Amino acid sequence: MKTHILEYDVVVVGGGTAGPMAAIKAKELDPSLTVLLLEKAHVKRSGAISMGMDGLNNAVIPGHATPEQYTKEITIANDGIVDQAAVYAYAKHSYTTIEELDRWGVKFEKDSTGDYAVKKVHHMGSYVLPMPEGHNIKKVLYRQLKRARVAITNRVVATRLLTDAAGRVSGVLGFDCRTADFYVIRAKSVILSCGAAGRLGLPASGYLMGTYENPTNAGDGYAMAYHAGAALANLECFQINPLIKDYNGPACAYVTGPLGGFTANGHGERFIECDYWSGQMMWEFYQELQSGNGPVFLKLDHLAEETIQTIEQILHTNERPSRGRFHAGRGTDYRQQMIEMHISEIGFCSGHSASGVYVNQHAETTVPGLYAAGDMAAVPHNYMLGAFTYGWFAGHNAAQYVAGREHAPLDAEQIEAERRRIYAPLERDTGLAPAQVEYKLRRMVNDYLQPPKVTRKMEIGLQRIEGITDDIEQMKAANPHELMRAAEVRAIRDCAEMAARASLFRTESRWGLYHHRVDFPARNDADWFCHTHLLKGDDGRMRSVKRAVEPYVIPLDRDESSAYQKLRVAGHSVAPKLSAELSTEPA
Amino acid sequence: MSYTPHDIFQRSAAPVTIDENKCIADKGCTVCVDVCPLDLLAIDVSKGKAYMQFDECWYCMPCEQDCPTGAVKVEIPYLLR
Repeated sequence: MKTHILEYDVVVVGGGTAGPMAAIKAKELDPSLTVLLLEKAHVKRSGAISMGMDGLNNAVIPGHATPEQYTKEITIANDGIVDQAAVYAYAKHSYTTIEELDRWGVKFEKDSTGDYAVKKVHHMGSYVLPMPEGHNIKKVLYRQLKRARVAITNRVVATRLLTDAAGRVSGVLGFDCRTADFYVIRAKSVILSCGAAGRLGLPASGYLMGTYENPTNAGDGYAMAYHAGAALANLECFQINPLIKDYNGPACAYVTGPLGGFTANGHGERFIECDYWSGQMMWEFYQELQSGNGPVFLKLDHLAEETIQTIEQILHTNERPSRGRFHAGRGTDYRQQMIEMHISEIGFCSGHSASGVYVNQHAETTVPGLYAAGDMAAVPHNYMLGAFTYGWFAGHNAAQYVAGREHAPLDAEQIEAERRRIYAPLERDTGLAPAQVEYKLRRMVNDYLQPPKVTRKMEIGLQRIEGITDDIEQMKAANPHELMRAAEVRAIRDCAEMAARASLFRTESRWGLYHHRVDFPARNDADWFCHTHLLKGDDGRMRSVKRAVEPYVIPLDRDESSAYQKLRVAGHSVAPKLSAELSTEPA
Repeated sequence: MSYTPHDIFQRSAAPVTIDENKCIADKGCTVCVDVCPLDLLAIDVSKGKAYMQFDECWYCMPCEQDCPTGAVKVEIPYLLR
């Protein structure tokens, strides 16, 4: 195995959505900089949008929505726990990002006057902009990367960040998943855009790679940020999504809702007023699944033939196009049958919920020189457009940060420790299969951490997850590909421990199903109207702290703050006992 | 007393299959191998054809979509079908 020592001003780890934008914008701000985009897969088809995307979920477009209104909506959808400055910074830049993507050739739906055809899916405002031809978005990004002369290295798995004596980030370590070559990449600044922690829970199917997220997004970025000393925010606000059962991709009420489709119970009746994904929506969904009215379906069978054809055209060519094949195999025709839904495994993702590496409105983490953007950076409900926008911020700010800086000297001790850690599974003669260790770890996550959360169960789960550390020391990798999976198992284990510790720390219920603690069933604003941060303590162990919610930039009206608590359609109440648990009055 | 460690490999029918009459890997094409996010495909150099090497498919479809000759077919993995 060879060792490659490379040197760049800015290294972007992760070439999905935020990463390419960050690299392009860093280069645009200062073309003299050397910028590397490092990718575990291949930038042409990597990340959450490898097959494109069917729309923007959070477009703030003049004439349709205002940044102030959007900031309020996201604040309310998150039960008040947001850094409004970060959400507002996104909202104000949202339209600029759309215009840039439009110039680059991304096709958005427009009406006959040429205006963007914005749809209403959220509870209060209108922010959904369809992209019926969004399948080419990765091609558009690739062209811009080439034009900006960004250096690209594919198939290298980043595993740890280097830090200098002052705690600043100074590089990236990793290995090639085909040759197992070792990479030492010096950098003056690093931008992490590694996606969600999507391989945390095990899908109900039991199939390891049948996840909602692209399974390459295994939580590597969360683990790297943690070990470099960064704070991670509100990890207990899990990502849990309503999905097509077994297929585990989005049923896509955002696409079908504006065309007349809706989420229905087993009787074909609407039970939630709003299909926008929030913790409260997932709570209502979970209750309906558990009740005699379940299971839950996406209902399209009442729509006109041409509408159904439009839906098929969009959903079977974008984001998860193999769903058409899945439905055909099961004999499901949108014209005749409703589509059975289920809830996803748990994960961390700020693109959909709020669990991520802490960043401020400049995309800065708490580690100097380290930036984060996209699903792994804690700007709530940021979705694809938020990933592009925070990628933009991260690229600009990293480029400014490196101006006039020198590379830190290489720390041989850090590099050797990581080299030993990476190659141990390859050097063992015999041992456990990484896929089996991963299966057991993720099954434990389901058994003990899946909401509704129970204190005693989570304590046992924590012991089991800590126990997996010993199993990891016995993993054997037969080839460089399996070495990649072994590295991912270590990151998943770190994320699992973070999920347990963060969930145990917040002794209240909040964000609907995402953090419903059965033995602390009520929201407790007196003690817990705050962020939680998880970080590495001086003893090398995880610790959690409270962080105050900064005063709002956009104050909420009194009657607005409970809007997301009223999602259930009137007359569709569930059993009284569960309704009582729903109480969200401050204790 | 010493016992000999022994691995058992579990069999799986690949959900991604190749029409070898159409595959032009022998002409140097590696598109499907390049685009797979999970790095599951490889070229069998003895045959000059692509094949699925690892059973970790996300049924995402770039391999099928980007193949210049339409030689790749993605099926939903059996466990989810």
